[in-house]
Amino acid sequence: MAIKKDKVDAVMVGFGWTGAIMSMELTEAGLNVLALERGEMQDTATTAKYPNIADELAYAIRGKLYQDLSKETLTFRHNPDGFAVPYRQHGAMLLGNGVGGAGFHWNGLTWRPQASDLQLRSHYEQRYGKRFIPEGMTIQDFGVAYDELEPYFTRFEEVAGISGKAGNVMGKIVAGGNRFEAWRSKEYPLPPLQDYYGAQLFAKAARELGHEPFPIPAANASQPYTNPYGVRLGPCNFCGFCEDFGCYMYAKSSPQSTIHPALLNKPNFEMRTRCQVIRVNRDASGKVATGVTYIDAQGREVEQPADIVFLSAFQMHNVRLLLLSGIGQPYDPATGEGVVGRNFAYQMSGGVNAFLPKGTQLNPFIGAGAGGQSIDDFNGDNFDHGPLGFIGGANVRHNRTGGRPIGQAGAPKSAKKWGSGWKSAVQDSYQRMMTIVAQGSVMSYRDNYLSLDPTYKDAYGQPLLRVTFDWHENEFKMTKYTVGQAERIARALTDEVDVNVRKSGTHFDTRVYQSTHTTGGAVMGADPKTSVVNRYLQNWDVHNVFVLGASAFPQNFGYNPTGLVGALSYWAARAIREQYLKSPGPLVQA
Amino acid sequence: MKNDNEPRRRFLRQAIAILPASALTPVVMTQAGCSQSTASSGTPLKAVESDYVPVYFTDAEWAFVRAAVDELIPVDGPGAGGLDAGVPEFIDRQMETPYGHGKLWYMHGPFHPEAVPELGYQLGLVPRDVYRHGIAACNAWCMKQYGKTFPALDASTRVQVLEQLEGGKIHLDAVPAKLFFGTLLKNTKEGYFADPMYGGNKNMAGWKMIGFPGARADFADWVDQPGARYALGPVSVLGEQA
Repeated sequence: MAIKKDKVDAVMVGFGWTGAIMSMELTEAGLNVLALERGEMQDTATTAKYPNIADELAYAIRGKLYQDLSKETLTFRHNPDGFAVPYRQHGAMLLGNGVGGAGFHWNGLTWRPQASDLQLRSHYEQRYGKRFIPEGMTIQDFGVAYDELEPYFTRFEEVAGISGKAGNVMGKIVAGGNRFEAWRSKEYPLPPLQDYYGAQLFAKAARELGHEPFPIPAANASQPYTNPYGVRLGPCNFCGFCEDFGCYMYAKSSPQSTIHPALLNKPNFEMRTRCQVIRVNRDASGKVATGVTYIDAQGREVEQPADIVFLSAFQMHNVRLLLLSGIGQPYDPATGEGVVGRNFAYQMSGGVNAFLPKGTQLNPFIGAGAGGQSIDDFNGDNFDHGPLGFIGGANVRHNRTGGRPIGQAGAPKSAKKWGSGWKSAVQDSYQRMMTIVAQGSVMSYRDNYLSLDPTYKDAYGQPLLRVTFDWHENEFKMTKYTVGQAERIARALTDEVDVNVRKSGTHFDTRVYQSTHTTGGAVMGADPKTSVVNRYLQNWDVHNVFVLGASAFPQNFGYNPTGLVGALSYWAARAIREQYLKSPGPLVQA
Repeated sequence: MKNDNEPRRRFLRQAIAILPASALTPVVMTQAGCSQSTASSGTPLKAVESDYVPVYFTDAEWAFVRAAVDELIPVDGPGAGGLDAGVPEFIDRQMETPYGHGKLWYMHGPFHPEAVPELGYQLGLVPRDVYRHGIAACNAWCMKQYGKTFPALDASTRVQVLEQLEGGKIHLDAVPAKLFFGTLLKNTKEGYFADPMYGGNKNMAGWKMIGFPGARADFADWVDQPGARYALGPVSVLGEQA
């Protein structure tokens, strides 16, 4: 007999960034909010304490803060005809877990997409013609315009305390910032991080080539900061233990460092950890959610009634929960029908290792997760795609996160991989190797999608999420072009370069770290036939289910996703507070 | 007089009681411990007196790991060799961690080892198995090929064997050669560079080799000194300083 808890006004499934933002917004509106997190509590004082946190093996190599794949993972196959096998070891993407999710241990690059990114299909059709978009590429508009979201980007950036330099304020180009960025209403809340030496060199080379480099917008506080919730961030000290690690300086913006101190003790907020939600429940009509069912730490099944259900877990898990709950029609690539699981996308990155002259002292251990300099000339539609024949682009940058010896002490490709030759090469390279990366967009395709796996299960006996994904020619063209631009900049610094670029025809490799910027599967849009949620992230079929996060992106761009994830959460929260709560029901008529 | 001797005897008894057993029987590693052939052929390993008694590897396996590490990160070249850095101890200790037992991985079947490499690791072997079965298979191959087990071979032959494992040119039935070599190399480099509390990187030798400050993790004073030589030595999580 399942345990039944008292009803709450709103339940969050997953307590990372989107769960924290929505909990804050709804508790402010007077609702009783419950956040369910399947992982453990994490906070700076216990989970990120110094000096224990400065342990590369534990955190960056063995993945102490990552999802425990032994209990639940994904399965992968390259195409709909293939047999999917489990993602048995962390590789291409590093799934987060616990309170704060990956928001606790990310690097912190915090961008706004281009305005055209949000209306991608319309934009490309208008500028390049309908036939420029290949058959089988299922890119779509988001259903919301950049101008509508602008104040919510500002809101998220102020809560998170983003360090940066504006390049376009109210349409006026401002020197020192990103001249290509979408317009912003005001300057960043914090000045940019200081440039370490490598960033200075990158910027100099980029300028020599006629570009206008700018500091990467960083969720690493450049100085002490108090956010609108009264929560304080400390200054980043360039410790070099950012991605995969919690921040002991309270400098990295995380739900813990920016929201929890103002949220966790509210009388109308409750958090329960070790609660694995297995299903969203609905009434007999199927059109209204009644709450969720979860398995607690002891293994007991618990029914949690709620008036509104938020899927605020990671992109992958949101989609899996919809499928497990039977909400929405699952996508079928054969017919092109159905919506849940469609438009799954990722990113394709490449880059150049530049070996500067002997004697250079880069001091690579001086690292910040989102420090560095970037150019955006080759991102979005900031350049003419016509003669190039591909869609999308890449953010090109030097971003030094640290010089950790196991994972970040590189050597030339030609160097020996072991023996005395390896020792010499690693020692020789350490102070003079810097990387310039081109982080590129991935479009959506008819045959890349998410579904439930027929073979493999998690520790609770539920089917794993199956990812059907492979690269397409469009992205190979994009990466060849953008990595070529990264190479040009590298060659302005040195002749000794190694280029890492994916060759056309190669397959998606789950073993090689790419990024955890997976998107889609529960996309937002104007048309219920091609989207799972409307412009307010409200499920088309069940009006009291909202699905937050990057699962809403119909395709992915060349930027890290969190800026848009935060903005969309605040945008949806406003619609819920001002419209939905007053009159529960569909916010958009299909 | 009785009273003069009593305190001294008590002290000795107490001193012996608190010494760990391993210190009383230092483990001296030579090729003789694992070679099954006649003793004198092959380059003798550096005989190192070590307090460390392996918790996972057998004597034969321990000799293999030491011999392999000695070639993967030799004494030649800048910085310490892998043996002096304690890499074999690191690897042995890792075999008793969740990692060593494969607990970090999804290890439910059905297994499809024949899946394409890009879909990732699909074998049922955990690191402990890779070493146990890989070492046995490699030693057997060396016996067949050279009449000696791996640790008994001379340095240049050992290097050749490792190169062939690396390239998948040797067929081992129990463990794919590339997997065996790859695991060995990965754990060796981890052992050279991980924090010393895990048993390797002794005296922060690996960090000194490249100039990594270890767990210092604070460079606010150095960001604005582009190109300056970093003046401080490494520190470890437990507070060792150079």
